[in-house]
Amino acid sequence: MQRIGVFVCHCGTNIAGTVDVKAVAQALKNEPGVVFSTDYQYMCSQAGQDIIKAAIAEHQLSGIVVCSCSPRMHEATFRKTAAAAGLNPYMVEIANIREQCSWVHKEMPVGTEKAIILGKAAVAKVNLNAPLTPGESPVTKRALVIGGGIAGIQTALDIADAGFPVDIVETKPTIGGKMAQLDKTFPTLDCAACILTPKMVDVAQNENVRIFSYSEVTDVKGFVGNFEVTIKRKARFVKEDVCTGCGACTEKCPQKKVPNEFNLGMDNRRAIYIPFAQAVPKVATIDPNYCTMLQKGKCGLCAKVCTAGAIDYQAKDEFIQEKYGAIVVATGFNPISMEKFDEFAYAQSKDVITSLELERLMNAAGPTGGTLLRPSDGEHPHTIVFVQCVGSRCEACAEKGKEYCSKICCMYTAKHAMLIRDKYPDTDVYVFYIDVRTPGKNFDEFYRRAVEEYGVHYIKGMVGKVSPEGGKLKVQASDLLDGKQLHIDADMVVLAAAIEPDKSARPLATMLTASMDTNDFFTEAHPKLRPVESPTAGVFLSGTCQGPKDIPETVSQAGAAASKVIGLLCKDKLTGNPCVAHSDELMCNGCSTCERVCPYGAISYQEKEFRMPDRTTKIRRIAVVNEAVCQGCGACTVACMSGAMDLRGFMNKQIMAEVDAICK
Amino acid sequence: MQNKKERQKEQILRMSGVNPRKCMRCGKCSGTCPSYDEMEYHPHQFVYMVENGDLEALMKSDSIYKCLSCFACVDRCPRGVEPAKLVEAMRLMVIREKGANHLTPGDIPALLDEEMPQQAIMSALRKYSK
Amino acid sequence: MQVKEYKPLIVAFCCNWCSYAGADLAGNNRLNYPAEVKIIRVPCSCRVNPMFILRAFQRGADGVILCGCHPGDCHYTSGNYYTRRRMALLFSMLDYLGIERERTRVEWVSAAEGAKFAATMNDFAEKVASLGENKRLEDLRCKK
Repeated sequence: MQRIGVFVCHCGTNIAGTVDVKAVAQALKNEPGVVFSTDYQYMCSQAGQDIIKAAIAEHQLSGIVVCSCSPRMHEATFRKTAAAAGLNPYMVEIANIREQCSWVHKEMPVGTEKAIILGKAAVAKVNLNAPLTPGESPVTKRALVIGGGIAGIQTALDIADAGFPVDIVETKPTIGGKMAQLDKTFPTLDCAACILTPKMVDVAQNENVRIFSYSEVTDVKGFVGNFEVTIKRKARFVKEDVCTGCGACTEKCPQKKVPNEFNLGMDNRRAIYIPFAQAVPKVATIDPNYCTMLQKGKCGLCAKVCTAGAIDYQAKDEFIQEKYGAIVVATGFNPISMEKFDEFAYAQSKDVITSLELERLMNAAGPTGGTLLRPSDGEHPHTIVFVQCVGSRCEACAEKGKEYCSKICCMYTAKHAMLIRDKYPDTDVYVFYIDVRTPGKNFDEFYRRAVEEYGVHYIKGMVGKVSPEGGKLKVQASDLLDGKQLHIDADMVVLAAAIEPDKSARPLATMLTASMDTNDFFTEAHPKLRPVESPTAGVFLSGTCQGPKDIPETVSQAGAAASKVIGLLCKDKLTGNPCVAHSDELMCNGCSTCERVCPYGAISYQEKEFRMPDRTTKIRRIAVVNEAVCQGCGACTVACMSGAMDLRGFMNKQIMAEVDAICK
Repeated sequence: MQNKKERQKEQILRMSGVNPRKCMRCGKCSGTCPSYDEMEYHPHQFVYMVENGDLEALMKSDSIYKCLSCFACVDRCPRGVEPAKLVEAMRLMVIREKGANHLTPGDIPALLDEEMPQQAIMSALRKYSK
Repeated sequence: MQVKEYKPLIVAFCCNWCSYAGADLAGNNRLNYPAEVKIIRVPCSCRVNPMFILRAFQRGADGVILCGCHPGDCHYTSGNYYTRRRMALLFSMLDYLGIERERTRVEWVSAAEGAKFAATMNDFAEKVASLGENKRLEDLRCKK
């Protein structure tokens, strides 16, 4: 039997105004288990807390009920008080007689009666409370960053600077991501490579950072502080530590007709290649789908020209396993496919391009050496039409587009239009927009400059149809402000394609048991207050895997994610929430139902030997809850068919006792 | 008066199944429309004016007959608003108010000629047979 | 003879993160709702076992309401979806047993919706009151 103390707070007149606190204290005195009951002006004050501490010592209390304000307000306070007096902090229950009683009811008898019932429910619950001790788990002091774009690079650099080892896993042969493909960046127009490549070098030279390029995460086990990750290092057929990146092989390779993905297929590369001049690691990679040696067993030219002897045609995929304390997801984005938008003739005409393709066409290291030329005939375009929101804000065509705003298109379109007008003033540039969205520092000024200084024609309206005719692109569009339909003979059409999360994100989320929204963006633990944490403990989000964002936002989120990781890795031990699920192994029948409802992947199964009454032993499959991962939602307790699963702190019998006390 | 207007608007919305509030005013319908220059009111205006209950002007306008019922605007609207269905409902309402001056299926063969494309017959039926 | 005015007894299960906070906000804003509504705090609406609801009815509750975070906003990401499905089944079974649909309800109340909490409770209490006392599942052995 518990020895319970009841403490009723007046909260000045906040409670005492509508609740007869003395009557409540008196009524609760007669409840089972209650050995002491009192009331006081302000229980949360130092004097009030001293009353509680004294009573715990004097009456050897094993549990206390505080009838006061909401537990959201002072539960932590009273738990600390109890702990200071040597009582287990989880033996404290709060009856909320302020927010949910005295403040919402006006009449004293009504308030008093309800307060007594709420007090009784709390007493009934405490009678069944058991002391709880939070579990502890160690922290592996190493972080994993998945994705080597600007988000991943920045996160890794920040974590490494704090002195923790970091690994970057990148699927491409080089880090750098989308930013490496960009020409200039808005709104300052500094060149993307000039600000990115030094960071790539920094991260490569940082002794705390290891880069696993051309690699993928294939399996994640474990939980916060203790992840076990399997990384597949795809065979690149070139020894990474031997290759000097001289590029001799990439010049001699006879297979010249491989679409160059770095330039979005607008020119060709060899079967052995280095994606771009500033690649990190600067190591060649053989594309097994095109290499004659790997396909047909003939050639071997690259091995002959490689003075370092780095080529290894026998290389196999390797799997490495590593332990991490925290994982940062930075998988980034891709523009959506434009193939399905028939009206814009993307598939029919080479001169209809996406904005990312335009970036490459304008880049000095791009397929045209930085001169803006039509992809079809290499002529200078004189009329260029930009179409905004292609596939963004597109609710009707879910199979084609995305319902959300892609956020970055307004600004990069303004940038492109401005750069083209600056470099080729004889070019007419039209931008068809629905809304121009420029929230951001110096963003609207930038857009206005495009209009006012550079004379870009911004037209409120949308392009309905693009038809290639006689080497031109006939653009039919509406001008809503002028009430006209426009017909423009354009040389090039640039589509501001919506962006979507990288395809690798969905299987990764499953591995991490991290949640995603319907658009495959990772969801954050709280949309406003915890924007860089996933609801899954130990998993953090950086960059566009969480939602569309531009470079400055990505970098700041990357820094924020890094600081969260550092905060986690600084700890030697993690203290858990003791109110977690617990399975009674004698009742569990190993049906796996609980595992399927658990949003955190906290439940696993093990075979355990049981001694039977007849002295034989029997091996049974039982559920085991990982207390470090369980967040204590209780979904499994209801799903459990055998009644083996229960939630500490909110046990079935405790809640039943509350129901009984209320309904008495 | 207000009541009649509201009633008409509700009827149009019911007949067409269109929710004009979904429109984000991009103008792609009007950018797409092949008979834009023939029309006094354009597809995006239909959506906007119906939303505002401004039906009188639309019903009087020739625009409801100039629409080819090609449904290009329906196909391309990013928000699934379906302006052509509004135009069609509008037409229907005008015809119904005039009484029974329908085109019956029996009248059609006499109006056909060799050159007429299949789609024109279909859209004529959509336009006049209700 | 004085007839005591009938007041329905209502048990409200509120999730800790949204609805319980919403109820607190209703208190902060001094929004009235009937005192017969008694709130039990659970970590998530998905912690509510159908047994708790049956027990409440057995013990003489006239109505049971479950409040959770709005769909998509669950603190535990998907708990309220479980609730929605489980309760749809339970309520249809209760309906079959003769417990009127109006006696049971699932409502989404966020931490910012104090006004909605109070309005919901007022509305629910009114509906339940109009149905009168719940006798169908009441177990007389529970009464003294």
